[in-house]
Amino acid sequence: MGRKLLLEHINEPGIQTFDVYRQKGGYRAVEKALKNMSPDDVVEEVKKSGLRGRGGAGFPTGMKWSFLAKPEGVSRYLVCNGDESEPGTFKDRYLMTHIPHALIEGMIVSSYALGTNTSYIYVRGEMMPQIRILERAIAETKAAGLLGKNILGTGYDLEIYVQPGGGAYICGEETALLESLEGKRGNPRIKPPFPAVAGLWGCPTVVNNVESIASVVPIINDGGEEYAKIGIERSTGTKLISAGGNVKNPGVYEIELGVPVEEFIYSDEYCGGIANGKRLKALVAGGSSVPILPANLICKTINSDARLMTYESLADGGFQTGTMMGSGGFIVFDEDQCIVRNTWNFTRFYHHESCGQCSPCREGTGWMEKVLYKIEHGQGTIADIDLLWDIQRKIEGNTICPLGDAAAWPVAAAIRHFRDEFEWHVLHSGESQSRNYGLAHYADPIKPVMQ
Amino acid sequence: MLSIQENQPVEFSAVLLEQFGEIVSRYPEGRQKAALLPILHLVQAEYGWLSTASMDKVAAYLHIQPIEVYEVATFYTMYFLRPQGKYMLEVCRTGPCCLVGAEKIMQHIEKRLGVKEGEVTTDGLFSWRGVECMAACGYGPVLQIGPEYTFYENLTEESVDELIDTLRNKAKQQA
Amino acid sequence: MAEEVVKFKVTIDGIPVEVDPGTTILNAARQIGGDIVPPAMCYYSKLEGTGGKCRTCLVKVSKGSEKDPRPMPKLVASCRTTVMDGMEVQNITSPDVVEARKGVVEMLLINHPLDCPVCDQAGECKLQDLGYEHGNEGTRYEFERRTFERIDIGDKIQLHMNRCILCYRCVYVANQLTEEREHGVLNRGDHSEISTFIEKALDHDFVGNVIDVCPVGALTDKTFRFKNRVWFTKPVDAHRNCPTCAGKVTLWYKGDEVLRVTGRKDEYGEVEDFICNTCRFETKHTSDWTLEEPTPVDHESVIGANHYLAFNPPSVIHENKKLQLANEEQLARTERLK
Repeated sequence: MGRKLLLEHINEPGIQTFDVYRQKGGYRAVEKALKNMSPDDVVEEVKKSGLRGRGGAGFPTGMKWSFLAKPEGVSRYLVCNGDESEPGTFKDRYLMTHIPHALIEGMIVSSYALGTNTSYIYVRGEMMPQIRILERAIAETKAAGLLGKNILGTGYDLEIYVQPGGGAYICGEETALLESLEGKRGNPRIKPPFPAVAGLWGCPTVVNNVESIASVVPIINDGGEEYAKIGIERSTGTKLISAGGNVKNPGVYEIELGVPVEEFIYSDEYCGGIANGKRLKALVAGGSSVPILPANLICKTINSDARLMTYESLADGGFQTGTMMGSGGFIVFDEDQCIVRNTWNFTRFYHHESCGQCSPCREGTGWMEKVLYKIEHGQGTIADIDLLWDIQRKIEGNTICPLGDAAAWPVAAAIRHFRDEFEWHVLHSGESQSRNYGLAHYADPIKPVMQ
Repeated sequence: MLSIQENQPVEFSAVLLEQFGEIVSRYPEGRQKAALLPILHLVQAEYGWLSTASMDKVAAYLHIQPIEVYEVATFYTMYFLRPQGKYMLEVCRTGPCCLVGAEKIMQHIEKRLGVKEGEVTTDGLFSWRGVECMAACGYGPVLQIGPEYTFYENLTEESVDELIDTLRNKAKQQA
Repeated sequence: MAEEVVKFKVTIDGIPVEVDPGTTILNAARQIGGDIVPPAMCYYSKLEGTGGKCRTCLVKVSKGSEKDPRPMPKLVASCRTTVMDGMEVQNITSPDVVEARKGVVEMLLINHPLDCPVCDQAGECKLQDLGYEHGNEGTRYEFERRTFERIDIGDKIQLHMNRCILCYRCVYVANQLTEEREHGVLNRGDHSEISTFIEKALDHDFVGNVIDVCPVGALTDKTFRFKNRVWFTKPVDAHRNCPTCAGKVTLWYKGDEVLRVTGRKDEYGEVEDFICNTCRFETKHTSDWTLEEPTPVDHESVIGANHYLAFNPPSVIHENKKLQLANEEQLARTERLK
């Protein structure tokens, strides 16, 4: 059984209330940080912990914090990114629903470290119930004197507000989120300047994912070094994985980074294997944006090493044979799923969510969707597959924000690994409308690569 | 695009205005535009949709140009720019939910309600539409109903039928 | 003693130039001039905050600076990236850039109606130039093109949303030149459109400038609508004593008649001064104006009677097979013009 840092008390009745959370040792980190540590000490601990951003990019949180500009007389802001909308990811919803105080506690400690007096939690508008939960949690914490003016008599003032979004995936991009928080369209900003220099209302701002902020609590409680002992190499600590798709036990699991992928899929402690006794066909390991892998590249890397749930191991082999940790949205596909249909579905998603500012993404995502629709519905040609490859290449890397890449990668990976399924759709256009290509050879052992 | 023409005058209630005021107080002086998204949610909860008249009122309240409100209201998918059914069933239609049968659920809802996506039933009670990922992939298929955004998970055709019946009865009792 | 002026040295396609700190790569390239200047559809130097959106000006930074020589990992928008001392930039000497730009042009055109024969902008359209210089001959897009309802925004300005490339310049004009903005970008993604949402006539003093800044035929002068093709008209610079604006304009003549009034544009399509609506729409008699001289017309323009310019790249392209291949279409254009 792996260690649980975030979800240790998740099954405790009433843990969503302040009293029970406090009884279980909650808000110790606030006391420790505010009374015994300087803000820089807190930043230092987070640096030592090796914590990497849990929202998708995996950028070291401590380093991000140390970039924050601190000009005299200018307000700074901490904004928590709770816009969770990457298909496959639902860990932040889980955390905010069931232990909201873990986030609030993390917010207080992080705000103290960054020297902000007002912090915002931006939560996607669809999570209205979670917004209410967080607001209630904030009110409780304030009533207990852990938030507001002169917290614990230390002279530190902090207000936390919850801001609802309006329904836009793009607001998960940090500068789009800031635009949205300012009451504007969620158009990502052109960088530089980065938020650390000019963020919310032009002030220095740090934007962190819900899980990253909640993870600061155990880091302060146990020390950064202790946290860094969990995990492997540069993948330290625990991570929430949202397991969905065709697994027996979908849900949110806290894992110690380094658990083998095979164990995560098949062990009863986690997903419990593929649902309905079916076989594994493909996996999206980190949310819809990351490259999809066929069965034979999931549990073992191309070099036949066991693939582990770490940033490095999942990325082993680059985009040729690897994928990414992303936001930990673990989507499992069984043998009955159609990769072409799923790719079309994902592309429709990115088309729908493109903000429309820059031309490659605005026009390219819609174009890819149309071509994929055509192939999926038996009207495609082999040339369409090559066209699709070319369109994604023209989008990737050429856009203002990473949404372009996020739209291009799933298409590229699907064609790279499942090209024969696409070709089968084209060549057997009638048959492809009545049955799926099935598992085909996607689980066959890979021939060792001779150098 | 052009707005839907409507002539109903809009007057925000004292309760609503008090809520607006509380929201504006969350931001620094002069940054009241930040209140736009939360205020639009409140207005939509009150009127069921965002009419041009109501958006103009919001613009005046926040001291911004009406076009700034229209730009925002048309960008985000949660805001309705035309009247909807009393209950808008929003079903997730993105990949992970489709792996566990979301498409079938949408077909069933369409059949059951007898209206196409985006249309309103003749009694004005229901609309439905497919929406993109709602970050509940492990509990799919899922749907939500505003303005509280109550969440229904692990949907089956039976549970959807039950839900529609419950809502219909609820509306009858309220009438 | 004179203060020492700090200048940054930048090299673009092998050509060095010294510029002030804070200059963007695009403006540094414009100081060099010629074929190494990246095209720009959304950037407009006189409108603060423009740029970065169309992605036609993407370039490769092969050396970040003298201090940190690492190349930038992705292509960057030259209009929004400022130079560093010692920076080395590749525009047409990078096959990646040429390829990416071709992709952007293709994207901009897939939903464009290509109705140039009936478009008033034809002949001075930046998208035409861009397509001609960097685009493919055919399209690979086989689906129905996106269309919008045409919205009337007053009796002076015509909005053809189908032609719009969403450069946002007209939004910046309204933000920066008029007291209140009444049009904006509605919806999102490829449904985005310029609109007023409610039926409204744009009639602020300087709002007519949206016509001049529009790189395509999305916003055109209704008083000039279908009056003539621009290449049949004769541009003449003129001025008048205007109480509202600088009053420096270009008059577009057909015979003795002034068909249209615009701001004076430079080779990048940017006006010298923004002009007021009175000058633009209501002052169309020669007697209203003091004429200066015929407007110098860029040789590349059809207004200059089909004097298309040959592609004149730095010599390195002629010596390098790979770069020749990357610029194949541009070089072929020169052949066609011979």
